Order: sequence, then structure tokens, then C-alpha cells
Amino acid sequence: MSAVRQPDEVLLGFARALRAAGVPVTQDRAQGYLAAVALVGLGDARATYDAGRATLCGSPDDLARYDQVHEAYFNARDGLPRTRPAEEGVPTLSGLPLSEGDGDGDGETDDPVVRAMASEVEVLRHRDVASLSAAEKSRLSTLFGTLHPRPPRRRTSRHQRWHRGTVDASRTLRASLRRMGEPADIEWRRRGNKPRRVVLLIDVSGSMSGYADALLRLAHRFTHGGGVVETFTVGTRLTQITRALHFRDPERALVMAGETVPDWSGGTRLGETLKIFMDRWGQRGMARGAVVVVFSDGWERGDPTLLAEQMARLQRIAHRVVWVNPHRGKSGYEPVQQGVVAALPFVDDFVAGHSLATYAELVEVVASA
Amino acid sequence: MENRLPASADDVAARLGETGYLCDGSLATVTFLALRMERPLLLEGEPGTGKTALAEAIAETLGLPLVRLQCYEGIDATQALYDWDFPRQILHLRALEAAGGNTDVEEAEKSLYDERFLLARPVLAALQQSPAVLLVDEVDRADDEFEAFLLEVLSTYQVSIPELGTVAAATPPIVVLTSNRTRELHDALKRRCLYHWIEHPGLEREVQIVRSRAPEVSEELARQVVGVVQQLRDEGLQKPPGVAETLDWARALHHLGTTTLDLESAARTLGALVKYREDAQRVKQALDQLLRA
Repeated sequence: MSAVRQPDEVLLGFARALRAAGVPVTQDRAQGYLAAVALVGLGDARATYDAGRATLCGSPDDLARYDQVHEAYFNARDGLPRTRPAEEGVPTLSGLPLSEGDGDGDGETDDPVVRAMASEVEVLRHRDVASLSAAEKSRLSTLFGTLHPRPPRRRTSRHQRWHRGTVDASRTLRASLRRMGEPADIEWRRRGNKPRRVVLLIDVSGSMSGYADALLRLAHRFTHGGGVVETFTVGTRLTQITRALHFRDPERALVMAGETVPDWSGGTRLGETLKIFMDRWGQRGMARGAVVVVFSDGWERGDPTLLAEQMARLQRIAHRVVWVNPHRGKSGYEPVQQGVVAALPFVDDFVAGHSLATYAELVEVVASA
Repeated sequence: MENRLPASADDVAARLGETGYLCDGSLATVTFLALRMERPLLLEGEPGTGKTALAEAIAETLGLPLVRLQCYEGIDATQALYDWDFPRQILHLRALEAAGGNTDVEEAEKSLYDERFLLARPVLAALQQSPAVLLVDEVDRADDEFEAFLLEVLSTYQVSIPELGTVAAATPPIVVLTSNRTRELHDALKRRCLYHWIEHPGLEREVQIVRSRAPEVSEELARQVVGVVQQLRDEGLQKPPGVAETLDWARALHHLGTTTLDLESAARTLGALVKYREDAQRVKQALDQLLRA
């Protein structure tokens, strides 16, 4: 039974295992792998490992997977590849028993037939973030990887050369001058476009504490979605957390942000902090032509007229102001809180923000702003 | 001849080391494979980790000319491949007119598309000069269309010019592509290449690099500088310093006559190390702590 396996077989088996782990290993890559191993020699374990990395992988993500599979495949002490820890990414199946009792009655579809058909992940997507248990929260945190924010784009005044569009007269003329006046190819140009800045203002006061974690994760996704994204927390004070969110690892970014912000779950003085934002950052350029997203439930302790004033100021400067209210999506919600009433006239989009599904909608609203 | 191919990965490492490029085992193996398998080498990594320098070092080691193609947004085939020297073609025509011969029209037209009127841009130049090292720098900056075109060249190592015929390399050039990963390259292009992600070097390696690239800097200073830089890379700066910045900083300190790193000289030369105001502030705050450690 213990037939000695051919080296080719072992190596191709490894390529297969790698493909199963999600690395796009194609036939020609596998062949390149065999050729490379033949060159460096099978005896040299380290060089064989490097050869595989060079021939089978194509991105840093692949490299991490490669290391795991390599370890499991070649160094498995039990003789069998061990199960790998679940990767961060897109879970399709959930082992999480969702209890029936809590979290219902948020105006979500509770029809038993629909529920039976929807996968658990889909249910989790629509649950109110603040009502989740710790286990569900950690499941949800991996689902944030499925959000792919794109920056909104703006047109620039500069033209770029392009293969169609309008005639680029000066370039055409210059090219023809270089050829001593002989006419030649016509050059074309189009208006350039650039990502528009996105500014996120996250309310971290006590009434929003159930959403703070989810909102920071969302901000982290925005920060790594391309374009310039600036993030601030508002509460009793204004804190810039852009830098903390620049860490690639969301957990580390959240810890850093947590350390930066001094006023977790405090009161709300939205008007005052917004004024500080406008004075110190917004007016000077950060909010100019930007898409500004305010995450708040609008429970304002301070003077609502100040908030209205500042929102008006913000709207004049910004390209678009989006207000995300976690209670907006719930049944029976009326925008009656002082803060919301004051701010609403100066808001371009008033959207819900209590579940992953609504965050996905928000991502679209921002991308098309 | 200098340009014989290396026999093993260790040979590659040793010979690159002679030119002052110090690389670790995996990079040497990958380079060795790229040379032997005649496949392009795709290098990714943070800016300042020595991607471009590797191509230069390979060219120097093998004694081959280095042809560099710097990519940018909007680059197209005429800037990478070839162009016809239109003014000279016109001149040639005028000269024919002036000679007043009864030249055959077809003959005259044919003489226009001669190799002497061809302006060889980097890719064609590399094929003509073969063997050569072709460095395609910062491919991620070019557009998708350009990538498709590169793909064609890299798979066949030949260029067809409609008026002239096909130019093929006698020996395929050694191709090194670098990318800063500002966008994901197309998978088809990646599949043609051997892939390597260059990490920031470890402490000992970086000290060696500083010592070999800037021999005027004392061992002690080099060690201190590298120690601080290595810690700064974990600080979450906007732009963590690369090896190039380490070298700049070490040289800057040396020019100020510093022999041991202290707070004052470090603060004065910070501009060589970090290039953002916010980073500079953070580093200044952290420096005290770092230097004490």
C-alpha cells in the first residue's frame, strides 16, 4: 500500500491543494512550478518553497495562503493536512444558531417562510447591529469584508489624452510642427476625473454606543477603498482618527482608534463639535467639494440652532451631505429629535444605518454622490 | 565573458553582493529562476525596498546594458516600442526630389521605411540589443491597454512592424517589472511572470546594506539609524521609511559630523527620513523613546 509517490505527483498535488485554498493556480503556473523545482533541485526545501512562491502566487494575499497550505501540506505531522483557521473574507455558511427571541420587531421581514429560505448570513445582514450578541457581532465583523466602498469621482479641469473624445488641437498642432508642418495623426483628449474626498463624522456619544464598533469598521472599509477618506469622531469633542484607520488590519485599526478617542459614550454636543470641525478643518478645504457623511441619531444636548447654523455652513461648502441615522430604518420612526429636525433641511441624503444591508446601500449612495 | 549565467541561487546572491546589492535567499532563488527559465520577474513591495535597484544590479553583474521603460499614466505603444522619425523621412524625400532622379515611386516609398528611420523606444531597443536587461518600472502606473500590449511582447519577445517586418530578439532579454501596487495588475500578465514580494530587510541585513552603500558611515551610527528606522516602520506612519530613506538619513547624519545618534541631530535631519508633516510630528514625539531604547 505504501507506494512511494512520484515527485511530480506530490508537487502537482500541492498545486491542487493551493487551488482549493483559493489561490488561482492555472495549468501553466503549475507547469512553471515543476520546471522551477527541477532547476533548484528537490533536495533543497527552502529553494523549493521559494520556487513555489514565485511561480504559483500573484499577490500578497496569495503569499499568505501559500504559506499556510505549504505548512499544512509538507509539514503535516499527522500525515494529513490540518484544517486551516477560517480566513477573513466572505463566509457563505454560518454555524451560528440565531436565537428566535430577541432582535425581532425591528420592522424586518419576520415571515417564517422567507426566514426559512434566507441563509443565516442574509438574516445577519439585516439585523440591527445594536441588538446582536457578542458571537453574532464577531460573525458580522468578518462580513464587513464584503463591503467594497468606491470613492465618488469628480471631473477635473485638466484634460488627459485619450484615444477618443474631443480633438486635442494644441497637441495635434505640436506633433505636426515636429514633422515640419506635415499633418499626421489627430490627437484626442477628454476631461480627467479624480476621486472626490470623503469625510466621515461619526457620533460616538452614549446613545450611539451600540453602533460605534460597526461604524468604525465601516469607516475602516471606506479608508481602504481608495481615494482620500478623512474620519472624525464627534461627541463632546472632535477627534481625528484617520491615521488609526490606516492600519490594514481592522482589529488593530479599531484598537488604535479606541485609544485615540477620549470621549466614548459621553454626551452629544453636535453643534459645537461640528463648528470646531468647520473652523479647523472643513472651511480650510477638507470639506470643500467633499462628500460629508454624518453618522448620528440626532440626540442633541446643546443648542439646536447652532447645529442648524453649522449644517447650513457645511452644506454650502460640501458637494453632498449625507446623514446616516441608525433609527431611520426602523418602523415607526419619525424624525422628531431636536438635532435631526434642525439638521434635516440641510441634508442631501437622509439614509438608514443600523444593519450591514443598510451600510451596503450607504456605500452605493456615497459612490454615486 | 562576464555575462555567463549563474549556476545556482547562491551564485546569484554572491554575484549581486559584489555589485553592492545584498539580497536574501528567496530573492536570490527567484532571480536565479527568472534567469534560467527566461521568464519575466515581477517585483512588488513598498516603495524604497530596492525593486529598481535589483534590475540595475542584475545588469551590472551580467555586464549587460540596462534598458529602462518608465511607465506613466497614458503611456502608449509609440513611447514604448518604436516610432518613425518623421522629419528625417521628409528630409529624405526632399533629398530624393533635389537629386531629381527619375526614381520609381514605389522604390522611393520603400526607402522611407528603412531601419535607419526607425526610432527604437525601450522595448524595441532591448530586443535589438539582446542580450539586455529590460526594466519596466512601475507598471501599475500604466493603463490596462498598455498591459495587454506588454503581454504580447513578453510572451513572444518579438515586435512586428507592419512596414518593416518582425524584430525578434536573438536571445530573450532579461525582463524585470516593478509595481508599487497602486492597482492590481491583470492576471494574464502576472501569469507570465515569476512573482516576488520584497519585504523591508531585517535589522542585520539593513545594517549591511547601509555599510555597503554608504561606507563612510560608521558601524555604530549605521546600527543606531537602522534600529530607529526599523521601529518607525511599525509606528503606522503615512509613509513608512524605506531603505532609500535609511541611506539618505545615514548620509545626512554623516555630513553633519554625527558619530552617535542623539535627539538634536536626529531632529535636525528628520527631513531625510519622513516626508509628511504629520509623520514628522509623530516621529519627533517618538524619537525620545526610541533613542533611549
